[in-house]
Amino acid sequence: MSKHHINVTINGKSHEADVEARLLLVHFLRENLNMTGTHIGCDTTSCGACTVQLNGKPVKSCAVLAVQADGMEVKTVEGLAQNGNLNLIQQAMHENHGLQCGYCTPGMMMTASAFLERNPHPTEDEIRHAISGNLCRCTGYMNIVKAVQYAADKMAEGG
Amino acid sequence: MIPPSFDYVAPKTLSEAVAALGQHENSKVLAGGQSLIPLMRFRLAGPTLLVDLNRVEGLSYIEEKDGWLGIGAMTRQSAIEHSQLVSEKYSLLADTVKVLSDPVVRNLGTVGGNIANADPVNDQPATMLAYGAEVVAVGPDGERIIPITSFYLDLYQSALARDEILTEVRVPASRPRSGGAYLKLERKVGDYATAAVAAQVELDADGNFASVGIGLTNVGLTALKATEAEDFLKGKAASDANLRQAAALAAEAAQPIADVRGSEEYKRSLVKTYTVRALRLAVQRAKGG
Amino acid sequence: MAEVQGLGHSRKRVEDARFLRGQGNYIDDFKLPGMLHLDIVRSPYAHAKIKAIHTEKAMATPGVLAVIDGPTLQKYNVHNMPTLMSDTQMVLPIDTVKYQYQEVAAVLGTDRYTAADGVAAVEVDYEPLPVVVDPFKALEPGATKVRDDKESNHIWHWEWGDKEKTNQDFENAEVTVKENIYIPRIHVASIETCGCVAKWDATNTHLTLWMTTQAPHAIRTVVALITGHLGLSEERIRIISPDIGGGFGGKVPAYPGYVIAVAASIVTGAPVKWIENRTENLAADSFGRDYHITAELAGKKDGTLTSLRFKTIADHGYTDAAAQPSKFPAGMFHICTGSYDFKSAFVEVDGVYTNKPPGGIAYRCSFRVTEAVHAIERMTDVFAQKIGMDAAEIRMKNFIKPEQFPYKSALGWEYDSGDYPAALRKAMDMIGYENLRKEQAEKRERGEFMGIGISSFTEIVGAGPSKHFDILGLKMFGSCEIRVHPTGKAIARFGTKSQGQGHETTYAQIIAEELGIPAEHIKVEEGDTDTAPYGLGTYASRSTPVDGAAAAMASRKIRAKAKQIAAHLLEANEEDLEWETGRFFVKGSPDQGKTIQEIAFAAYTNHPQGMEGGLEAVNYYDPPNLTYPFGSYICVVDIDRGTGEVKIRRFVAVDDCGVRINPMIVEGQIHGGLTMGFAPAMMEEITYDENGNIHGSNFMDYLLPTAVESPKWELGETVTPSPHHPIGAKGVGESATVGAPAAIANAVVDALWHLGVRNIDIPLTPRKIWEVLHKHGATLEE
Repeated sequence: MSKHHINVTINGKSHEADVEARLLLVHFLRENLNMTGTHIGCDTTSCGACTVQLNGKPVKSCAVLAVQADGMEVKTVEGLAQNGNLNLIQQAMHENHGLQCGYCTPGMMMTASAFLERNPHPTEDEIRHAISGNLCRCTGYMNIVKAVQYAADKMAEGG
Repeated sequence: MIPPSFDYVAPKTLSEAVAALGQHENSKVLAGGQSLIPLMRFRLAGPTLLVDLNRVEGLSYIEEKDGWLGIGAMTRQSAIEHSQLVSEKYSLLADTVKVLSDPVVRNLGTVGGNIANADPVNDQPATMLAYGAEVVAVGPDGERIIPITSFYLDLYQSALARDEILTEVRVPASRPRSGGAYLKLERKVGDYATAAVAAQVELDADGNFASVGIGLTNVGLTALKATEAEDFLKGKAASDANLRQAAALAAEAAQPIADVRGSEEYKRSLVKTYTVRALRLAVQRAKGG
Repeated sequence: MAEVQGLGHSRKRVEDARFLRGQGNYIDDFKLPGMLHLDIVRSPYAHAKIKAIHTEKAMATPGVLAVIDGPTLQKYNVHNMPTLMSDTQMVLPIDTVKYQYQEVAAVLGTDRYTAADGVAAVEVDYEPLPVVVDPFKALEPGATKVRDDKESNHIWHWEWGDKEKTNQDFENAEVTVKENIYIPRIHVASIETCGCVAKWDATNTHLTLWMTTQAPHAIRTVVALITGHLGLSEERIRIISPDIGGGFGGKVPAYPGYVIAVAASIVTGAPVKWIENRTENLAADSFGRDYHITAELAGKKDGTLTSLRFKTIADHGYTDAAAQPSKFPAGMFHICTGSYDFKSAFVEVDGVYTNKPPGGIAYRCSFRVTEAVHAIERMTDVFAQKIGMDAAEIRMKNFIKPEQFPYKSALGWEYDSGDYPAALRKAMDMIGYENLRKEQAEKRERGEFMGIGISSFTEIVGAGPSKHFDILGLKMFGSCEIRVHPTGKAIARFGTKSQGQGHETTYAQIIAEELGIPAEHIKVEEGDTDTAPYGLGTYASRSTPVDGAAAAMASRKIRAKAKQIAAHLLEANEEDLEWETGRFFVKGSPDQGKTIQEIAFAAYTNHPQGMEGGLEAVNYYDPPNLTYPFGSYICVVDIDRGTGEVKIRRFVAVDDCGVRINPMIVEGQIHGGLTMGFAPAMMEEITYDENGNIHGSNFMDYLLPTAVESPKWELGETVTPSPHHPIGAKGVGESATVGAPAAIANAVVDALWHLGVRNIDIPLTPRKIWEVLHKHGATLEE
């Protein structure tokens, strides 16, 4: 079948490629571009390990075709750190032991950081709802929620 | 879980999209893709041409005009979820979108897809039935309006022709003394409903029911309208006894299939319970509570 | 000078640096030049003859290089492999499949997409055979045999305890209770599935296998044994377990995909990657639980429990591929006398073959301890309710008392230490137990159903003493090798493999405590069999009790040598030296001392004549006993009489795992363990219809809780050190998964007891609870 020429901006950098229509965005990132920070965890868009930001919105990249991202901006976990320094959500996860095996963590942070931009003063329940599309098997969610709250508090302080 | 190969077009106009569907027998619309792409990854669906609607302008909006709330078919569920207009004046729809799939899927999932799939597991069909909504469809012969009550024919079968595209859903504009609620049993976020009830009510000046809409999710081959329950309540007081009787009628209207989520009896009972609760909540909201 | 950050510090994690940046090295992140992809054709039938495999279409698919089947592997005699319980498992079948989704053939392609296309193009002709799914029916005479190479579907019978005395005690008992408890099949479903990259180097006759494994050394030995006849030997096999996205036991067994990948790499000379998708993971990988328990307790009217009798049918699928210590086919199920002072007990377990995937042990359960704890905690409540005694009161009455430790149970375990009443009292205080009971009574009057459930569990971990514990003959010691560098930093390697437990952070803390070297100066490595000392891996909460002990013992060897060097440097006698963290000094002259850093430097530049230079040690730790973490959990539920939904209002968990190396990490383990106990209690379940079709092979059907359903856990602690462990630590990774389900089940039954309910099997789904309410005329449709 035909190939399609796409130009996707990922973490601020432009990437051009010729891809099959069926190539999933998550595979484009992991296989074509060797950006393996975004992970695959299921077959049914249930787990959210593949979450990236597409034009600022968290999406499950296993249910998006690479061709759909043509002309769009994608942000992945590799784009969170600034000049090698962990950004606020990353720091918050570190300070609050919000990760154990680390596999759900990139997707979780992409969802959480977009959420905090939209809702900078969330309640605990709002945080839990916001991350309910991202599954974790290790943490029981307690410290992830704590990390997001910590990041929100830091934002409010101006940190 | 890799999809089979297929062709792909991303037209910029609706008429190009309609034409592409018409020209290719085994084609399908790609809207949010949150239902379609997983199906293709399982190789349960194998369209050989995907017609991507995401580049067609003008299909994403939420606006009140001419006595309707018009929602463009490509409007993302998350846009509906974050719409102040919807949360203030369309509480049934606001409830529904909050329990539809999960928050990340909602960033791509569209209202058009949720309605056009004609899948009994989807939440918005019952909601639209309760609202008495209508949909706008565009095909090679132009535009037509289809009342939602004529839209669902059978399992996965809607009134849309193969080369027709849903472009808008219209909900009657919010009126005073009206309110709605959607109650769904999901075993976890992201689950389909074991059963769900959509209730939309309007009260008259005496606080009695001027009109009632009740839609049922996932208790039949299509979303169902509990017409007898609706008719029963018209003109009556919003008393507990009346709510219960309407609930019993709604439960009778359900056609649940026993499956892993529950027996027929359980699902019917859920319909009854949720109808009472949804009506109560709708009435409370209609009264400004 | 950096802080030491030894025991008790909530040191932030070393691992985070790479995970937070998306720089983890998980198996699917590995790419090697020329790497091929393996994908697997699987059976739609639970039991069928393979009549023919048609590969023409697959071979005609661009990018598909080969289709591998059982007969191909049979040429190299790798079509079968031994299981960890010395049974036989098919790698690829010769002519018959035994469970739905069993591997039938493998397709090798140039990339993931072509391999998938190849799999879709393979056509297999099957002749379905009768299916065995009910283990009870499987044991009936005349039942269809699952295995052609076995006499019947009965795998083994195992029993333990004093049968005669127990039967006597039951005969003479004032009160007896009996319930059938089914603990359904569940699946670990770590977010990362299983996979490997196999790289055969023909030039050097060397196999490197990157693999999701919790026990790399054991795998290396097993691979050497299986492939010995092909010319591989153990020094030419390197297993590398990289970062693992969750194990929980599911990455202990050897799955057919690994073996096929190795074979494919040997045959093609190219690296071969195999990564299973979620459906394959749920449908074909090792499962947990599936125990049918007939549970009986005997005792007195005053609430004294005297005797226990459990009979279990264990559904193992088509082959016994459970990962148990070899002498214990039912694991540590005989910990089931729990926290109570039973006078007699007898347990028997019978393993049964069915047409389901093989296994039985993978799901954070400490070798069948979850099953044991669920049974005893449920039955204690059943007994209490029968005689009208409060659930907390009966536990306090029957607890093994602190002064009875070390305690030998009626089933032969010697519990190291415990203070059960303190943990339960603390939980009761935290939750406000007495007030809750009052509230429950009031609510019951109004027709509101509220329940309180307790689980006072005793765990058993740290397998184990070599006298009794081995896996395939390999003794279950632990290992730690430490080398101190001239500048006073260190590297430590272990025979375990973390899958999120934070070993890189916590092991360093143990060594830091012993040697006074700051934890951040100690590099921890695991998982590469070429460099790490031999160990049996990480599962069953064994790392802290076994390899953590090895770390302490190796450290002490180093400290002993350091003392000699210090004596030399200070020109003093060893007996005149004292140790404080990081420093030896002369008794009475504390200014006269040498730091561990100075000593380390001297080990390379100024060591005493006649002594070997350098500063390192290795310890292989054979634990003298297991360790016994424990706790008391209390759960409060409210039942929706309309929908059957169970809402967990509160859940207090008091855990005692002895000394806590890193409180932050311990709490994280408990949080995660609680959610993994909650999930099977409420929503996880794999079932099969009568044709062996699985329900639960994807995340729409197999339900994992999100942050919305997962309760807000409240934690408390008591600390009762293990007297035999070098640092008094016991291990905690699985306690919460072990203890939580019973607390929830007890709460729900407690809410409904007054209707006549005695037991409800997990998962406590809305439909199940509604059916119970409905049966007792207690639904309320509004």
